[in-house]
Amino acid sequence: MSAAEYAAGETGTRTREANAVRDGLNIGFSSGMSGLAWGAAAIPAGLSVQQACALSILAFSGASQFAIAGVVSGGGALFTGTLGAVMLAGRNALYGLRLADLLRVQGWRRAVCAHFVIDETTAVATAQPDRASARVGFFATGIPTYALWNITTFIGAIGATRLGDPERYGLDLLGPAMFLGLLWPRLTAGATEVRVAVLGALIAVLAVPVLPTGVPIMVAAFAALLGLRERQRERERVKEPVR
Amino acid sequence: MNVWIAVTVTGVGCYLLKLAGLVAPQRVLEDPRVRRFTELVPVALLASLVAVQTVTTAGDLRLDGARIAGVTAAGIAFLLRAPFLVALVTAAVVAAGLRLL
Repeated sequence: MSAAEYAAGETGTRTREANAVRDGLNIGFSSGMSGLAWGAAAIPAGLSVQQACALSILAFSGASQFAIAGVVSGGGALFTGTLGAVMLAGRNALYGLRLADLLRVQGWRRAVCAHFVIDETTAVATAQPDRASARVGFFATGIPTYALWNITTFIGAIGATRLGDPERYGLDLLGPAMFLGLLWPRLTAGATEVRVAVLGALIAVLAVPVLPTGVPIMVAAFAALLGLRERQRERERVKEPVR
Repeated sequence: MNVWIAVTVTGVGCYLLKLAGLVAPQRVLEDPRVRRFTELVPVALLASLVAVQTVTTAGDLRLDGARIAGVTAAGIAFLLRAPFLVALVTAAVVAAGLRLL
């Protein structure tokens, strides 16, 4: 390799890594700021400021956090509610399977990296053209998202304790809007996704009057069985949905 | 069950699932049906959460026009590729505005 070629390659690597950092910071900022919405929704749901913050520190998974808040606010079955919230995080296990080969981390580093395996980091890391920039993108997304998510959770929660009726400010909309945002990119992945979503929604709504809060969400998971009826050809065509 | 227990179990459970993906052998996803099912479970759960939190309150069906309008507004915002937080704020503002009327 000539010096010029080497320099070009080096610049290419740097450009790709800079792009990964830029993607990460962009997504990290907007997702991290959503902690405001989480904090503001957690308090009217009946969680304390400490509980809202503990969830952001420990779970660091917006969908699961909003799900557990929904169950607490409905005064529902906490056991099945918790199960539902944890099941929602099951998608992170799938992300981990895909990220393992990109990150190639072992030991304590793997234990630390695991905490950052979320929708956003997976989306940025898997969108990069090579392994080095995928790793850069993973951390450039994960670290700012985590830091900001925890700070804004606290601010949102403190703010919400000083407001009056949460419905007056539309705070009850934050939960469903967030779930819709996570669902959206998955709906565009294929027709089966749409069918599963419609069936899941229908099952849950019909089950609400007869089952304790939180349980209808678990029952709706059965809608995913529709995927087993898909033809092989259809299955191969489906893109991998990652937000 | 105490809320703190639910908070702790949710936190630990979420972490363990994230870790599980990193440590599990890659061949887990080789069966396409298993792979597909695990991809679709979050779709079903997220859709049911949107629906339940939009049209029910405290364990009963309740059609709240402002709430439905707010969720619709969020949907339009996502359709227009608005950033996450912008869509959430739009939903809250639309509902709050309609409730003022």
